[in-house]
Parts: sequence; structure tokens; C-alpha cells
Amino acid sequence: MPRHIAGRVGQALVAAFGVLSIVFVVLHLSGDPTLLLVPPDASAAQIAELRHALGFDRPLLAQYLAYLGQLAHFDLGQSLVQRAPVAVILAARIPYTVELALAALAVAIGLGLPAGIAMAVWRGRPAARLLAVVVLAGQSLPTFWSGILLILLFGVTLGWLPTSGADSASSVILPAVALGLVTMAGFARMMRIAMLDELGRDYVAAARARGLSRGAAILRHVLRNAAIPVVTIAALEIGNLLAGAVIVETVFAWPGIGQLAMQSIAARDFLVVQAVVLFVSLVYIGMNLLADLAYAWIDPRIRRGP
Amino acid sequence: MRRPPPAILLLLAILAGFVVMALAAPLLAPYDPLHQSLLARLRPPGTALRAGRFLLGTDDLGRDLLSRLIFGARASLAVAASSVAVSLATGSLLGLLSGWRRGWSEIVIMRLVDSMLSIPAILLAVLTVAVLGPGFVKLVLVLGLTRWPRYTRVAYAQTLQVAALPYIRAAEMAGCRPWRILLRHILPNIAGPLLVVATSEFGLMILFEAGLSFLGLGIQPPTPSWGSIMSAGRDYVARAWWLTVFPGAALFLLVLSVNLLGDWLRDRLDPRSATR
Repeated sequence: MPRHIAGRVGQALVAAFGVLSIVFVVLHLSGDPTLLLVPPDASAAQIAELRHALGFDRPLLAQYLAYLGQLAHFDLGQSLVQRAPVAVILAARIPYTVELALAALAVAIGLGLPAGIAMAVWRGRPAARLLAVVVLAGQSLPTFWSGILLILLFGVTLGWLPTSGADSASSVILPAVALGLVTMAGFARMMRIAMLDELGRDYVAAARARGLSRGAAILRHVLRNAAIPVVTIAALEIGNLLAGAVIVETVFAWPGIGQLAMQSIAARDFLVVQAVVLFVSLVYIGMNLLADLAYAWIDPRIRRGP
Repeated sequence: MRRPPPAILLLLAILAGFVVMALAAPLLAPYDPLHQSLLARLRPPGTALRAGRFLLGTDDLGRDLLSRLIFGARASLAVAASSVAVSLATGSLLGLLSGWRRGWSEIVIMRLVDSMLSIPAILLAVLTVAVLGPGFVKLVLVLGLTRWPRYTRVAYAQTLQVAALPYIRAAEMAGCRPWRILLRHILPNIAGPLLVVATSEFGLMILFEAGLSFLGLGIQPPTPSWGSIMSAGRDYVARAWWLTVFPGAALFLLVLSVNLLGDWLRDRLDPRSATR
């Protein structure tokens, strides 16, 4: 087990280092990152001054090492547009995206797990096939379309729910549904496979032989065992939800990090964009690691290892 | 080979319909998709004016929505097909290489794959397009070069399996050059799983193109793209629902057809996944 943990932590660190390097390379693809940080009307002298002040005139390797050094101290830099530390700007938006992601996760689990269970229990029947199509339809929904349809129906036509911003407690409902419908598919598929795996096991036959009805056997035994792998993918889906927030937050004017990223691109404030990408990617790597460790902890066969 | 079930034939027909629409757009579109008419702004579907009959209505600049949708299929399919081609080629090659050579190339490539897959794809695409600026070629390259890792993982795992088979040893002993073994003997044997990945990626790339265009980072106006039509229509959602509902419906139908076909293909090529 300690070896397994050390190996996984090492892997996560390598992936995180890779992410930092990829983002560095991408920001330097344009040739001169200074141009990504100044307003379009900046003069050549201003640009040159800033280039020197930020060290973009130094050799690439020196820039790379300085960038890694800064991030190692959790220093995300100063936003030249908002004249504030990037970390402060980012931190102010994170709670909104977390709220949206958790609400969307609730929608995805609430719809995905029952769908997955039904698909497994009704396996081979037309109802299961229909459900499979419905689940895939959810995955094929462009969030910016479903988002606008939800706004049209519940905001404009019925007037039941707020359609933009985060001013009232019910504001999160529509964006969470739009985001959750896409994520539902992952849970439904995983739950179906986990249920089918468990349904074929001897203990189910034993429970039936003891006289338990199929429904009771599923409720009492199968669901509990099938839930284990599904709990762990919930951690992974959080990463997808954070990324999906970019479009959903734009549609609903939800003031989270996705909207922040798009606003910062429009304002040419790339240090903030970089911070959003790094934050989401590192959260994803962290969640991945947690999911793996949790899985190993739950399942003794992995815990003891070979 | 069994005949595909009717539902699959229907999906293929839908997909073919979209392809024909994209290829023959100038013949099928009733009007010039760029022609503006201030007198015919935001007209609902079915409006008949002196200028003509607008089956799906007009947009905020008085352009015919149906014609713009037909031309928009071009952007969708061209970007998706080209970027899938780029990522399929790049990803398969890197996967073959790391599975065959092992050693350092395996370590470097597979760790890079882990890192790439840790950055949510849409964010990486948004960042890269924002840095490089918009444009068709750039969009294809960005999508193609950010989406190769999934192919690499599959190609790598499959190459490891196939390379251990006796016939590869036989080819080696017969004096076959390595690139010939890779391309002639291994690639055809791992093409099935790569094709399954490519199909699911194709649906995703259609969504990515539309999403990036919706965010203003993809196909630039006035060239019609379903994503940018919807983005413009969002400002008029209460007054002109047709500007967002129709392009979204086309997008949804196309992506759903591709995804359902992909599912069917996967079950055909990997019977285990169907019986599970």
C-alpha cells in the first residue's frame, strides 16, 4: 500500500509538472507573451518597457525557470488590467463555480444513477435501449443550446426562474441542469456496468435461493456493492464539470471562473486565463489522485497489492 | 457480413444528409447566406416578403437563416473532419512509436499523454485559440494537436499486445524494416479501436467547433457557423427564438447521430462491450 500511494503521488506530480510546462509553451506560441498582456492601444515603448519588466526579453529557459519558481511559491502574478493580484481575482470567483459544479453534480447523479440501474435491471428490453438513447442524447446536447432552451422555457415563457446572474438562491438551478444533463451519461454508464457486474455474482444467486425477491436482492445487496466504483468516478467528473462551466457560465452570466476566463480573454488579461487553466487542471489531477487512493482504500485487493 | 439494422441505416442517412448539405450548400441554399437586408430583420419562420420567402426566418441583419444553416454545416463538418484527421494521425503515430520502441520514447510520450489529459480539453483549446488568434487552419491545428492523447493511449496499448504476437517476430526475422512492420503489419490490426475513438472524437469536435464559435473564438463572422449564429441569436432570445433553436437542433441531431453510430460501431468491433 505505501508503495502504491507513493507511486500514484509521484505520477500526479509528474502530470502536474507536465501541465505547467504545456501552459508555458502555449502562452509562448504567439512568439511574444507581452502582447497578450497589454491593451491593444499600447505604444511600442510601453510594450518594450513591460517586456523588460516582466522578463520576457530573457532567454526562454530562464523565463521557464522563473515561471516555475513563481508558481512554486503560489505566486500567480499581478493582473495588469485589473491592477490586483491574480490569486485574489481568482479566489473571489471560485466559490461560484464550486456551487455550480456541486449543484450540477447533484443533477447528474440524481438522473444518472437511476438511469444506470434501470438500464442494468431491464437489460435487453426495449425500455433499456430507449434509456440508452436518452442518456446519449444528454451527452450530445450542446450546453449552450440546452442552456438557451431552458432560459426560453423557464425564464422567458413561464417566468419561473431567473435566467442570468447569481442574485437569488434559485439562480443556480438552470445552469446546474444544463451542465448536469451532459455529465449524467458518465454516471449512467458506470452504474449500469457496475450493476451488471454485481448482478452476475454468486451472492445474488444465493440471496435469491434464500427466497429474496429480485427487487429485494438488488436493494439490499447489489446497490451497495455497485456504488463503490461509482463514488470514485464522481471525483473525476468534478474536473469535467469545472471545464464545462466555461460555456455554461457564459450563457447564464454566472460569475464563476469560466466567465472570468472569457472576460479575461476579451480584456487581454492572460495571466488570469493562465491561472484559471492551471487551477482547473490541478484540481482535476488532485481529484484523480484522491479517487484512486479512495478506491484502493475501499477495495482491500488493491490495498494489499501484489 | 450482416446487414446493419434499420435504425443504423436511418442514422447513416441523416449523416449523409448533413454531408450532402455541406458539399452542395451553394446549390441547396435558397439565398446568399451573407446577403443582408435591413428591411427583413428578425422575421419569424415562414415570412414572405417581396425579397423572398424565409422558411426559417431571418437574423438580426436580415440574412436568411435557412441558407446560413446550410452553409454552417460546412464549418462544422470541415473543422471536425480535418481536426480528427490531424489528431488521429498524430496520436496513432506516437502510440505506435511508444509501444514499439519502448524505453525513453515510451516514458516521455506516455507522461505527456497523462499531462495533456489532465488539462480539460475545452480549456486548453480556448487558451490556445485565444493566444494564436482565430482562423480555420489555426482552429483545426489547435483541436487536432490538443486531442491526440486519447488515440495515443489506445494505439500504445494495442501495439504492446500485437507486437508480442509471433507473426511480428516472424516479420522481423524475415528482415522487415521497423517502419514497414509498424505501418503494414501492426497498424491494420489496431485500426478498429482507433476508428471507434475517432468516431466519438468526431462528435466531440463538432461540439468543440460550435462551442468555440459560440464563445467568439472559432469561425469568425460573417462566415456562417452554427455556434456563432447561436451566439448572435442569444441577444434576441426573447424576440427571435428561431435564431438559437434551429441551429442548436441541427447541431444536436448531427452529434447525436454520430454518437449513436459510434456506440453501435464499438459494440460491433468489441462484442464484449455489447453483451455486458
